[in-house]
Amino acid sequence: MARQPDGPPPPPTVLRVRVRYTKRGRLRFTSHRDIARAFERALRRARVPMAYSAGFSPHPKISWVGAAPTGVASEAEYVELGLAERVGLEQLRADLDESLPTGIDVVEVVEAPAGTSLPDRVQASHWTVRLPGVDPAAADRAVAAFLGQDSVVVERLTKNGMRPLDARAAVVRMSAGTSPTGAAAPGDDRPCATLDLVVRHLTPAVRPDDVLSGLRSVADLVPPVPPEATRLAQGPLLESGEVGDPLAPDRAPLEASVGGTRQDAGLVPDRPAAGATPSG
Amino acid sequence: MPVESLFPRLEPLLPAVSKPIQYVGGELNSSVKDWDAPAGEQMVRWCLMYPDAYEVGLPNQGVMILYEVLNERPGVLAERTYSVWPDMAAKMRAAGVPQFSIDGHRPVRAFDVLGVSFSTELGYTNLLEALDLAGIPLHAADRTLEDPIVLAGGHAAFNPEPIADFVDAAVLGDGEQAVLEMTEVVRAWKAEGRPGGRDEVLLRLARTGGVYVPRFYDVSYLPDGRIGRVAPNRPDVPFRVHKRTVMDLDEWPYPKQPLVPLAETVHERMSVEIFRGCTRGCRFCQAGMITRPVRERSITGIGEMVDAGLKASGYEEVGLLSLSSADHSEIGEVAKGLADRYEGTNTSLSLPSTRVDAFNIDLAQELSRNGRRSGLTFAPEGGSERLRAVINKMVSKQDLIDTVTTAYGAGWRQVKLYFMCGLPTETDEDVLEIAEMAREVIVAGRKASGTRDIRCTVSIGGFVPKPHTPFQWAAQLDPETTDRRLRLLRDAIRADKSTAKAIGYRYHDGKPGIVEGLLSRGDRRVGRVIERVWRDGGRFDGWSEHFSYERWTTAAAEQLAPFGVDLDWYTTRERDELEVLPWDHLDSGLDKEWLWADWQDALAEQELDDCRWTPCYDCGVCPQMGTEIQIGPTGKTLLPLTVV
Repeated sequence: MARQPDGPPPPPTVLRVRVRYTKRGRLRFTSHRDIARAFERALRRARVPMAYSAGFSPHPKISWVGAAPTGVASEAEYVELGLAERVGLEQLRADLDESLPTGIDVVEVVEAPAGTSLPDRVQASHWTVRLPGVDPAAADRAVAAFLGQDSVVVERLTKNGMRPLDARAAVVRMSAGTSPTGAAAPGDDRPCATLDLVVRHLTPAVRPDDVLSGLRSVADLVPPVPPEATRLAQGPLLESGEVGDPLAPDRAPLEASVGGTRQDAGLVPDRPAAGATPSG
Repeated sequence: MPVESLFPRLEPLLPAVSKPIQYVGGELNSSVKDWDAPAGEQMVRWCLMYPDAYEVGLPNQGVMILYEVLNERPGVLAERTYSVWPDMAAKMRAAGVPQFSIDGHRPVRAFDVLGVSFSTELGYTNLLEALDLAGIPLHAADRTLEDPIVLAGGHAAFNPEPIADFVDAAVLGDGEQAVLEMTEVVRAWKAEGRPGGRDEVLLRLARTGGVYVPRFYDVSYLPDGRIGRVAPNRPDVPFRVHKRTVMDLDEWPYPKQPLVPLAETVHERMSVEIFRGCTRGCRFCQAGMITRPVRERSITGIGEMVDAGLKASGYEEVGLLSLSSADHSEIGEVAKGLADRYEGTNTSLSLPSTRVDAFNIDLAQELSRNGRRSGLTFAPEGGSERLRAVINKMVSKQDLIDTVTTAYGAGWRQVKLYFMCGLPTETDEDVLEIAEMAREVIVAGRKASGTRDIRCTVSIGGFVPKPHTPFQWAAQLDPETTDRRLRLLRDAIRADKSTAKAIGYRYHDGKPGIVEGLLSRGDRRVGRVIERVWRDGGRFDGWSEHFSYERWTTAAAEQLAPFGVDLDWYTTRERDELEVLPWDHLDSGLDKEWLWADWQDALAEQELDDCRWTPCYDCGVCPQMGTEIQIGPTGKTLLPLTVV
């Protein structure tokens, strides 16, 4: 029989919360494992009363939802935490935000009602991609060519070698535009195109990189410097083809009934975390 | 003169390299100080390097300690740099981005001092790679006022002769006070307008007696290839350079704010050094010889460091580090006090457990009370009773069987045993006794635990004779014999079907050990071999996937031939008493006569007790260095932490 730890079992989860956080600037180079470790340590430093699993190797109750890949920024990442004590949600948000490195900013914390599932609500992502050095007109032509296809098969390097996947099937909509600054970077006068796209979460997941591979294969669009992708939102895929707010059903019932569907609420990049409150 | 961050030029390279976060910096508790001091003051800038990948270098305690010691002071800044992986190096060369610090992303060449910590000699090619990437001339003789002082530290710096052409200086021993004193020498020289150039500042450092500057020493050779004489070539430069020793560890509670990386590293825990030095007297152990005497951190000092470090880091594991942690005079009280303090917090404590006695099991029980329980590790090092007398590892086979029986009886299922192959006087039979020992461990363990579900792992590597040890004169075993003995042992373990499946066998082949042996006991002539290997693409020699034995043997044959010596001459040749060793002018405090006597005792299979508990046996360190043993017990205990 397996050895059992001495003493009482760990305290149960009394509060389940959903946390929206960002991956901004240099922190976009973190991997998902890096983020997971940073969270565990930040929770300990902030003395958040986490609930733990039982056994000889107790782990804090943390569930991740759809993490952005290494090198990709995000304004809308989500994690669920199980706590062993009830705490104030705004205090928790502020403490955790203070404890995490700048760039991993905690935007919002809501209580998770029993019986609801956040992963079920996360069906699609809204992405913006900066393409420094790419002429917006060329990007526009490439997008049109891509959308004109029924299927665009690209290859991605995985642990098991190159694997084909259809980048086109996942793309709900996509358009090209010009970066608000117009130029590639300060001191770099080359043009800068942008892509705005909504991508359905399929298996295997189609990433912005895969869509860019598709643009290369259908229209020879080859950015001279690495593109910068940012997830603006992830959540339910609405009939309009936009991405909804996955936490909307969890907010106070009054607000939900008054506010209705909050499309892309609080999704302005670079918006300071402190300004992003549930009342938005 | 402001120095711009290289990050904007680096950033476009990051999406296409492996683990880009390692080049980003910004770890918790890291700092980026202003490059320039206020007007009228002189800033001294250190770049500290660990010459291996970030994942290995970041947790290094030496670098972490000096980083904090320097950055705490006004008028001095320290940043860090690590070896970049070959994929990144290729991109940096293509884009013209030089070796950078990961704190401020400043060019390494812009600093005043580049301090490189060598835990192992296998980092030497990485030094050359970093210098080349930084745009710093490889040879100290070619450097100008535009280049930093390249300084070697760490255990390998006790014989820096193989890298004498590439470093400007080396410091032996504890770095805390040494870096601060060097800072003031550099500051004064800069404030005076850098009179006399590099030569002058190096001369000032050399004259302190605690900084070795190879260029101020001439080495002459005898016709047979041995060293004739090493002597200073400048007035007032000492004949021997002394190691540095920090006394009273409680006054140096570093790191206070441990660096916590975002990237995954080899040690995912916080470390507290509970004492420095070791006088167990294991004759193969360079660390134990060069860090004498034992200086304990007090139980209350340990408690404060653990408390402050956990709060500052959020780690859930604390390692109580030293060369033999169970030897702390109050380790029982430390373990109990910490386990009580962190009861119910999912904080686990660990100590590298190497001593083979039952007390260690009690300790391990106590330490794993609040957290995860890993396997137990013991290091008998030698397979036979006779061989353990030669190496002065005083443990009998019965001690080991009793200890592991206790461990299995207490619920442990996995025990690791560490050994070395190629120890002086070793025979095939000595090594084969390891198989017998492992078999008896399993038989006794099954009996004690009442289950067949227990394991024992035998881990064995080749012995490398090191400078400043009684084995510094010994012949290293040739790699063919090492590998043959390792195969014999494997076959012997597999031969007994009733236990074979319960015994894991991990071994390191003998070839990397021969290169390490060349670099450990080499002299200045070996520098040409290192440079040749680097020019042929040698990097990350501590990593089996990057190490090439053939590259080293080819370079050694080619570069050493003009001197009439070869790889064997440096490694498998036994030295005699009167030979001038390349490191004789570097003073670890140990009397060469005592080391020789201990070598003779080893050959006579005579053991030697620990001077902490028996009278002084005159190894020479304390009187030579003006130091003393600092151990408890203090009689104090750890009180519960007040609730915040």
